Amino acid sequence: MSKKYDAGVKEYRDTYWTPDYVPLDTDLLACFKCTGQEGVPREEVAAAVAAESSTGTWSTVWSELLTDLDFYKGRCYRIEDVPGDKDAFYAFIAYPLDLFEEGSITNVLTSLVGNVFGFKALRNLRLEDIRFPMAFIKTCMGPPNGIVVERDRMNKYGRPLLGCTIKPKLGLSGKNYGRVVYECLRGGLDFTKDDENINSQPFQRWQNRFEFVAEAVRSAQEETGEKKGHYLNCTAATPEEMYERAEFAKELGQPIIMHDYITGGFTANTGLAKWCRKNGMLLHIHRAMHAVIDRHPKHGIHFRVLAKCLRLSGGDQLHTGTVVGKLEGDRQSTLGYIDQLRESFVPEDRSRGNFFDQDWGSMGGVFAVASGGIHVWHMPALVAIFGDDSVLQFGGGTHGHPWGSAAGAAANRVALEACVKARNAGREIEREGRDILTEAAKHSPELAIALETWKEIKFEFDTVDKLDVQ
Amino acid sequence: MPFKSTVGDYQTVATLETFGFLPPMTQDEIYDQIAYIIAQGWSPLVEHVHPSRSMATYWSYWKLPFFGEKDLSVIVNELEACHRAYPDHHVRLVGYDAYTQSQGACFVVFEGR
Repeated sequence: MSKKYDAGVKEYRDTYWTPDYVPLDTDLLACFKCTGQEGVPREEVAAAVAAESSTGTWSTVWSELLTDLDFYKGRCYRIEDVPGDKDAFYAFIAYPLDLFEEGSITNVLTSLVGNVFGFKALRNLRLEDIRFPMAFIKTCMGPPNGIVVERDRMNKYGRPLLGCTIKPKLGLSGKNYGRVVYECLRGGLDFTKDDENINSQPFQRWQNRFEFVAEAVRSAQEETGEKKGHYLNCTAATPEEMYERAEFAKELGQPIIMHDYITGGFTANTGLAKWCRKNGMLLHIHRAMHAVIDRHPKHGIHFRVLAKCLRLSGGDQLHTGTVVGKLEGDRQSTLGYIDQLRESFVPEDRSRGNFFDQDWGSMGGVFAVASGGIHVWHMPALVAIFGDDSVLQFGGGTHGHPWGSAAGAAANRVALEACVKARNAGREIEREGRDILTEAAKHSPELAIALETWKEIKFEFDTVDKLDVQ
Repeated sequence: MPFKSTVGDYQTVATLETFGFLPPMTQDEIYDQIAYIIAQGWSPLVEHVHPSRSMATYWSYWKLPFFGEKDLSVIVNELEACHRAYPDHHVRLVGYDAYTQSQGACFVVFEGR
């Protein structure tokens, strides 16, 4: 029977709060942490979020009746308390698959975290997690190469990869910059990285940097007999310039390029990932601006969502924080989202912040990159936390070595390999870290000096964004 | 200020990827690594190559991967047999993971000259 048009304002919950609804396998599910304005019932707030992030608007409109809105609407199907927080609650919302364009992360985010975040009935809103249905995942290309192919291309097996960002991050000429790359790579690192701020500034235009870096990579590779790479940052003002830089990196025979996926945008990132798949290039992903979005515990988007979105949009390596270094990051929460990057199935586990079972199917994995304020003393913990499918990046911890970057690189490589060897031999490397490093330093003056240089540095501040667990 | 004489000269070394920065392993240490490979459910395999080709993707297999082998001494014997047959070649041990189609472990046990 057809419905009648009844102009006016209805309560959202009449249409969008459906506690009896059983989500479909093809639904895209989201969990929001909502903090409503005082006096507004939870069901009304939750239903408003479902409405404003899908088909609804503030007033009933006649044109709704031209379609079957029940087929297209998002529905809030569950409300849960947030442990230890009386003001906030979790709203679980199911969105029908047809609300989203195939393969478009941009479209998913425009809907889910669009207008609704400015909605007046809400004091705060945070997107905690998304369960992407397999039917959507299969429309995304995902990582251009994935972990297995990256290992094969770079010939690195049985250990985490080792990298570092070139410092100072701004102000070096192309030739001086290439020198620092060369020093790090000849010293034993697998990768060096453009700082995210390095694009194409007056002191160092991109083409000049790419040429000198390519020579540094080639020389280090010839002299050490190992495969080397440098993440050439292709992030640019326009997609056309981004592709031009990527093409030149390929022309120079380089194995890997880099993109900043949040400042650059998901559309640019997905495009570049597809270019990388087609052209056989690895893609390193930086996450500048993420903390603006993900650090506040009650408002914004949790990084696990941004990490899932990146895996779908495409990238072979993604920064995840270090847990132990200078930047924010809770251990359990970090373990939760590095699983989302690397595993083919991640079960719901609230103690790690994962709100849904997430099946990734055959989508390739993304290396977790730990970077920021880490040094050799952190190595045992880093190997234990991140495991082999990670890139550990020591910037200050490489260039700050009293003998220079090459010796700093060697110190890190010795420490890394000593930890991996000890782990394989069954030792508890976090507990025995000091002994393992001290033993290894007997064969490496570079490591002995590094251990002495950084013996006092720790970064022990409390995490701002904690998991909501009792 | 005079240049500090404590600064050392770091010389580039040619290395053979994983564990290339550690001293050669003792027999016991090699046993530990083989035990790890087997405990992970990976297949041990032995490869060798002339040092002039060490950067090649494909090294020669020694026989075939030792699928399902659980006996550590069998693997040690095969490593040594390979080394005896090709004394001037690099010989490496691989832990092959059929589930990921990747190598969970890979390191050179004997360096050729």
